[in-house]
Amino acid sequence: MDSLIQYSYIVAAALFIFGLKQLGSPATARRGNGLSAIAMLLAVVAGLLDQGIVEYQWILLGVVVGTVIGAAAARLVQMTAMPEMVALFNGFGGLASLLVGWAALAPGSATFTLVTIILSILIGGVTFTGSMIAYGKLSERIGSGAVLFSGQQVVNSLIVLGILAGSVMFCLQPANHFWLYLVVALSLVFGVMAVIPIGGADMPVVISLLNSYSGLAACAAGFAVNNNILIVAGALVGASGIILTQIMCKAMNRSLANVLFSGFGSGKVEQTAVEGEIKPISAEDAYYILEAASNVAIIPGYGMAVAQAQHVVKELAEMLERNGCEVNFGIHPVAGRMPGHMNVLLAEADVPYEQLLEMDDINPRMENVDVAIVIGANDVVNPAARENEGSPIYGMPVINVDKARTVFVLKRSMASGFAGIENPLFYKDNTRMLFGDAKESIGNLVREFSV
Amino acid sequence: MISATVFLTFILMLTIFLGFELINKVPATLHTPLMSGANAISGITLVGALSLAGTGRHDLANWMSVAAVALATINVVGGYLVTDRMLAMFRKKGS
Repeated sequence: MDSLIQYSYIVAAALFIFGLKQLGSPATARRGNGLSAIAMLLAVVAGLLDQGIVEYQWILLGVVVGTVIGAAAARLVQMTAMPEMVALFNGFGGLASLLVGWAALAPGSATFTLVTIILSILIGGVTFTGSMIAYGKLSERIGSGAVLFSGQQVVNSLIVLGILAGSVMFCLQPANHFWLYLVVALSLVFGVMAVIPIGGADMPVVISLLNSYSGLAACAAGFAVNNNILIVAGALVGASGIILTQIMCKAMNRSLANVLFSGFGSGKVEQTAVEGEIKPISAEDAYYILEAASNVAIIPGYGMAVAQAQHVVKELAEMLERNGCEVNFGIHPVAGRMPGHMNVLLAEADVPYEQLLEMDDINPRMENVDVAIVIGANDVVNPAARENEGSPIYGMPVINVDKARTVFVLKRSMASGFAGIENPLFYKDNTRMLFGDAKESIGNLVREFSV
Repeated sequence: MISATVFLTFILMLTIFLGFELINKVPATLHTPLMSGANAISGITLVGALSLAGTGRHDLANWMSVAAVALATINVVGGYLVTDRMLAMFRKKGS
């Protein structure tokens, strides 16, 4: 029986790997996810054959409760609420790993097992509370800004020291539960402390990193309970999360350390006076320009998600295409609150993925674009990142909308972006500001086209 | 005799490299589904929780494991379904 279980795990691992590989291409991604789900099912069934299991009713209860909640949440969630949903699921995974590590603690465990137990508790705990804070920030249940206070570094250092000391003492004196409780409590606190100083626009990095942690926590739990499949699947997730984190950091031209510790966007920013004036435009005038355009690029940002404007944006794109105009979307890697956020929203609105261009593909075409429409994006189209060495975002790769012949910026008001940085784009000669709610503004344009 | 620990660590090392190779070339369009699909896989900790939740000893460890089964199942079921829902929306031009 035991070797049957082990061989099933091998098959499951192969299916996970194959599934992840297929997730890498749009044409096969859905099948890949299905394969990975089959792998999970196989691993769970094999796990149920374990001879250590003498009663099934409680397991069944847990599985039923989890399935009902998980399925309901997955079905009911709005596409715009996807970032916080992912954070929430991630947190549950982390907490589960913490509990597994803790429950695996048995009298007389070897030191190596104790180390892996404490690791799964630590990583699981940080993942849990970190994800909960990320969930709170993304769903705006708590303020999404960076929370900084004086002495924060000192407090965090003390927590880390406490965790280290507690972990060492736990491994030396596993029978003394005080150390265990100390590490559990401190790792939960540390998860909170690690995410509160990170502001909303840096969330894509945080979510990918927490995703990676939840994999590593499962991996550590795998060592604690001596289970191959946990180690393999956990490590795959850990590695993929780290890669995504790297991509996100690169897209912001910042190091991971800078994202995690600097509290970007909360510090004072020296303002350089921007010359030029703001030129508002009415929907009617904007329509005349669009009507004459033969090449339009749409650059969405978090504002499009907030205004739920993706469907009306798609409508506008269709109108333009019917008018003989070429329409492309330019997607910045960190636009929105999670990696690929804009792509999902536009997919929901039925925009084919070939029309969504990555930053490096749209930038070379920008000079041929008649009108670039910026919808609720700010920092990712800020030319200061290219031109102004004093700017906090100098060096960050941006979508060069200012190189288009005309730029429309849809914006609610003149408030600066998340990072609190002036955007010289708004003052350029070829920029026109279309003030108002993004959904309404685009709705007005669509109406102009219909009459 | 090489201990099981060494083997497991060996597996871990190889898997991490494999993970890097697998994910490296994923287009930005798929970043969200990839993340939420990977997130569902991290619910694998469910398998670890199963054996600890059926020991028949009704002690704290047992109840914690039952809770872990429920939480990990939310992660697994919710993660796969939501990923599938997203991927169903991705379509090619003209299809």
